[in-house]
Amino acid sequence: MPVLAFLILFPFAAAFIIFFMKKDSKIRTFAVILSALAELAASIFFAVDNFMNHDMTMGTFYLSKTHIADEVMASVEFCLMLLVFSQAIRFRKFYVMILSALGTLPALYLDFTGISETTASHIKVDHLTVIMVLVVGIVGSLICMYAVGYIRDYHHHHTEFKDRSGYFLALLFVFLGAMMGLISSDNLSWMYFFWEITSVCSFLLIGYSQTREAVTNSFRALWMNLLGGCGFMAAIVFCVGVMEITNISQLLLFAALPSMAIFPVVMLSFAALTKSAQLPFSGWLLGAMVAPTPTSALLHSATMVKAGVYLLLRLSPLMYGTHAGIMVSVIGGFTFFAASLLAITVSDGKKVLAYSTISNLGLITAAAGCGMPQAVWAGIMLLIFHAVTKSMMFMSVGAYENSTGSRDVEDMHGMIVRYPRLAFVMTIGIFGMSVVPMGMCVAKWAALKAFIDSGYVYLTLFLCFGSASTLFYWIKWLGKIFSVSKGSDKHEDTVHGSEWTAICPLACIAIILCLVYPLISSLVVIPYTQNAFSGSVNRFVTSESSEGVFSLASGTDNVAAISTEDFIIMGVMLICMCVLPLMMKYVNSVQERRVLAYMSGFNTGDDRSFYDSFGEAKGQYLANWYMRDFFGEKKLLMPSLMLTTVFLLVMLTVCTVGGLFI
Amino acid sequence: MRISKSPWLLHYDGSSCNGCDIEVLAATTPRFDVERFGIINTGNPRHADIFLCTGGVNSQNQDVVRQIYDQMPDPKVVLACGICACDGGIFKDCYNILGGTDTVIPVDVYVPGCAVRPEALIDGVVKALKILDEKSEKMKRGEYRSLTSAEYAESLKKTDNKAEAAGMEEKDA
Amino acid sequence: MTVYSTAAVIIYLVFSPFIACLFSGVDRIVTARMQGRRGPKLMQPWYDIVKLFSKESTSVNDIQKILVMAHCFFAIFSGAIFFAGGDVLLVLFALTMAEVFLILAAYSVNAAYSEIGAQRELLQMMAYEPMTLLTAVGFYLSTGSFRVDEIINTELPLVIKMPGFFIGFCFILIVKFRKSPFDLSTSHHAHQELIKGLTGDLSGPGYGFSELAELYEEILMLGIAGLFFITSDPISFLWAFIAIVLIMFCMSLIDNIFPRVKWEVLLKTAWLVTLFAGGMNLVILSYIGK
Repeated sequence: MPVLAFLILFPFAAAFIIFFMKKDSKIRTFAVILSALAELAASIFFAVDNFMNHDMTMGTFYLSKTHIADEVMASVEFCLMLLVFSQAIRFRKFYVMILSALGTLPALYLDFTGISETTASHIKVDHLTVIMVLVVGIVGSLICMYAVGYIRDYHHHHTEFKDRSGYFLALLFVFLGAMMGLISSDNLSWMYFFWEITSVCSFLLIGYSQTREAVTNSFRALWMNLLGGCGFMAAIVFCVGVMEITNISQLLLFAALPSMAIFPVVMLSFAALTKSAQLPFSGWLLGAMVAPTPTSALLHSATMVKAGVYLLLRLSPLMYGTHAGIMVSVIGGFTFFAASLLAITVSDGKKVLAYSTISNLGLITAAAGCGMPQAVWAGIMLLIFHAVTKSMMFMSVGAYENSTGSRDVEDMHGMIVRYPRLAFVMTIGIFGMSVVPMGMCVAKWAALKAFIDSGYVYLTLFLCFGSASTLFYWIKWLGKIFSVSKGSDKHEDTVHGSEWTAICPLACIAIILCLVYPLISSLVVIPYTQNAFSGSVNRFVTSESSEGVFSLASGTDNVAAISTEDFIIMGVMLICMCVLPLMMKYVNSVQERRVLAYMSGFNTGDDRSFYDSFGEAKGQYLANWYMRDFFGEKKLLMPSLMLTTVFLLVMLTVCTVGGLFI
Repeated sequence: MRISKSPWLLHYDGSSCNGCDIEVLAATTPRFDVERFGIINTGNPRHADIFLCTGGVNSQNQDVVRQIYDQMPDPKVVLACGICACDGGIFKDCYNILGGTDTVIPVDVYVPGCAVRPEALIDGVVKALKILDEKSEKMKRGEYRSLTSAEYAESLKKTDNKAEAAGMEEKDA
Repeated sequence: MTVYSTAAVIIYLVFSPFIACLFSGVDRIVTARMQGRRGPKLMQPWYDIVKLFSKESTSVNDIQKILVMAHCFFAIFSGAIFFAGGDVLLVLFALTMAEVFLILAAYSVNAAYSEIGAQRELLQMMAYEPMTLLTAVGFYLSTGSFRVDEIINTELPLVIKMPGFFIGFCFILIVKFRKSPFDLSTSHHAHQELIKGLTGDLSGPGYGFSELAELYEEILMLGIAGLFFITSDPISFLWAFIAIVLIMFCMSLIDNIFPRVKWEVLLKTAWLVTLFAGGMNLVILSYIGK
C-alpha cells in the first residue's frame, strides 16, 4: 500500500514543486527527471512486489475507511468546478458551466449527505491494475522526461507564446498522479474524482498556447469530457441510490445477470466512449493536436484515452450479449474502420497518429464490448502495445518537428538519409503498428479470432476492412521515410538527450515486448481474464452450450488464441527482420553498377530533378496518395458522426428505458 | 539456356518522322504476334535487352538516349532502325541533328530503310539476338562488359582524334 | 511437422517455380489463342526468369536490393508455412509483410513511376485484403480451425459451405495474379500505364527476385483456392487440380473480356463483392454454426 500511495500522491507533490520553478534551469530539469525516474522506479517496484508477495487472483483491497480523504476530494472537486466556471466566464463558453455543475453537484451532494459513504475498500489491486500501473508509470514517466527537452525547443521555435513551461510540466505530473489514482480505485466516486481531474487537466494542457484555435479546441475537449463525466455521475447515482453499491467490483458481481446492471453499465460505457474519443466524440482528440507534443503523447498513448478503454475492459464481463455490449462493440468497430479510412486522407503526421489512435482505441473498445475473455485478452494486449508504440511515434514526430520545423508526412521524404536515427525509430514504430511479427498486429489477430468466436459478424467485417485500410496509411508513411534521395546530406538532429532517453527505451521495449509476448500473456493477462470472467462462465455455458466458449472462459485451454508454434514462427520472422540490416552490408559488398532512377531519360543525374522542355533542371516533387475524393474528411467525417450519434442516442434510450423501468 | 529465348525490347523514338515507328509498332502488334519468339515490348529500359532506336539523335534528346542506354543492364544490344537512326538520313544536315544513334551510344546492328521494311527489321532483330547470345556468353566468362555512354564518348573522341591525325598524316603524305 | 508436411514443403520449395511457370505459360498461350495469335512457347515464363538472373545486377541505391530479397524470402516463407499445414491467418499476414518489403523497395527509388506503382500496390492490397482475411475466417467457421492440415480433413468440399467466399476469392485472384485492372502497379499486359510501376526500377536479378516471389505467391494463392475442394479423400486433390485449371481459364477469359478495367472500378467492386459475397456467406455460416 505505501508504494501505491507514493505512486498516486508523489506526482501531485512533484507537480506542486515544479509549478513554482517557472524559469528553465538545470535544477528544474534535474527535478523533473528525478521525479519521473522515481515514479518509474516505484511503478516497477510496485509491479514486482505484487507479483512476488501478493496473490492477485482475487485482487488485493485497501482502504475501507476514508472519511478525511473523501472530504478532501469533495473540496478539490468543488475547486475544479470553480476553475471551470472561471475559465468558462473568461472565454464566454457558458454551456460548459452547466455540464460541470451537472457532474459535480451530485457528487458533492452524495459526499456531504454521506449517502455514498461505504465500508467497502476504495482501492483494489489486481492483474489489470498492475498492467496499467506499468503502462502509465513507464510510458508516462518517459513522456515527462521527454517533455523537459521538448518544451525548451518549443519555446525556442514559438517565441510568440508566453513561456509557462513550469505550469506545463506540473500539469503533466498532475495528470500522471490522477491516472494512477484512476486505475487503482475501486470505488466509483473516487474514480470519478480522478476522472474529472484528467478531464480538466487535458483542457488546460490543450489550451496551453492560448491561441484562438487552442482555446476553441480545449473547450471542445472539455465539454465532451464533462458530458461523459455527467454519464459517469448518473451511473454513480443509480448505483448508490437504487442498487446500493459503491464499487466496481460489486457491480461486476452482476456478471451472471447483467440485465440488472444495464443502466450503470451503459452510462459508464458512455463516459468511457467520450474519454476514448470514439466516433461521435472523436473531435476533441483531433483538436488536441494543437497542443505541444508531450501533451498529445500523454493524452493519446499512455493516459487520458486509455482511461476510457480501461474502464470498458473492466466492465467487459457485463457486456456479453447485452445491449450495452452491442452499443460499445458497434461504436468501437465502426470507429476502427472509419477512422482508419480517414487516416488515409490526412498528411499532418500528428493527425495521422490521432486518427490511428482513435481507430486502435475503437478496436480495443470493440474487444471490450464483445465481452469474451479472449477478446479482453486481445484488448489488453492492444492497449499495452499501443501505449508503447504510439507514444514513441508521437515523440519521434515531435522530435522531427523540432529538428525541421514540420511534422507533415510529406516533409519526411527521404528521412532515412537525412535523419537516420529518427527514421530508424519511426520504422520500428510503424512496423510495430502494422505488420505481423510485431505486437499490434498479433493482438489484432487474436481479436479477430475472438470476434469470430463471439459470433459478432459485424465486428469481423469491420476488422477485416479496417485492417486493410490501416495498412495503407502506415505503409505509405513508411515509404516516404524510406525514399532515398541521393546527394542529400545527413543532418544533425537537434534532439535533446532527454528526448532520446525517452524514445530509445520505448523503442527497445517495443521490440522486447514482441519477444516476451507469450510470457506477458501467461503471467498477467490470462490470470486476469480467467478471474474477471469466472462469474460469467455459467452464462456462457447455459446460453451458448458451445464447448469452445467454455474452454475459453475457464481458461484451461489456450486462451491466448495463438498457438506456441505460431509464436515460434513469428519469432523466426522477427529475427529475420533484425538480420536484414546486417545482410545489407553483405549484399552491398558485391560491387555492382549504380544506375539512375528511371525518369523517362530526363533524370538530371541526381534522381531529384529532371530536364523540362526548356532543358532546365526542374525538381521533382513526389507526393503520397491521399484519396481525398474517396474518403476525404469532408465526405466521410460528417456522415459517420451523424450515424454514430443517432445510433448512440437510440441505444442510450433503449438501455435507459430498459434499465430504469424493468 | 540462351538469352535470346526471351528478348525483351524497348522502343525509343528519337527525332523520327514516325514512319519507322509505325513499322516497329506494327511488327509488335498481335497481328504479327512477336510474343511467339518470347519478345515483349517492355517500355522500360531496366527490363529490356534490345534497344530499338528510330530517328536521328538531336541535341535535345542525346542525353535521354544516353541515359536510357545506361539504365539497361548487360548484356544488351542496340538496333538502329531506319536510315535516320543509322546516320541521320535526310535530316543529316539539319542544324539540330547530331547524326545517327552511334553518335551517342554504341550500335550493334544497323537496319537501313526509309521507312524500315518489316522484313529488314526482323532480319536485324535476328542478327541482334545472335550478338546478344555472344555477349551473354562472353559476359558469363567475365570477358565482356559493354561500354557506358560516357566511356563510349571518350572512345569516340579518341578515334576522332586518331582519324583527324590520320587525316593530317594523309595530307602530309 | 509430419513426414507429409515436410515433403509438401520441400516439393513447394523446389518445384513451385516450375509449376507456376507452366501454369502461366499455358495461361499466356490460352490468352494468345483468345486473341487469335499463336502465343509464346510453353516454358516462356521460365526462360524469362532464367534470363533475368543471368543479367547484370544494377541498383539505384543501397537498400533497394536487400528489400527485394527480403520480399522474396518472406513470400517463400509464407508459402512454406501454408504447405507445412500452418495457420492460414499467419500465412496471410506473412504474405502482407512480404508485400510491404516490395513496396518499400519501390519507394526507396525515389522516382515517379516507382512511387505511383507502390501506391497503387497499396491500394490493390487494400482492395483485396478484406477478402483474403474473410476467406480465412470462412475456413475457420466451417471447419473450426485455421490450420491448413485440419482444414483439409473435412468430409465435404468446403466450397459447398462457402460458395460466397469462393466467388469473392476468385475475384481477388484476378487482381492478385496481376491481370486486371490494366493500370495496376505492375500489370502483366504489354502496354502498362506505369512502365511497370512498382518493379519499374528493378533490373536483372533484382527484378528476377520479385518475379520469383510472384511465382511462389501464385502457387500459394492457388493452394488456398485448392483448400475449397480438398477433403480427407485423396481423390479430391484431382478435383482441386481441375478446379484450379478452370479458375485459371476463367481468369484469362474475364481478363480478355474486360481488358480496360481501371483501379477505381477495382476498389469499388472488390469491396462490394467482398461485402456481399463474403459477408452474406459469413452471416449464414455463423448462424449455422450457432
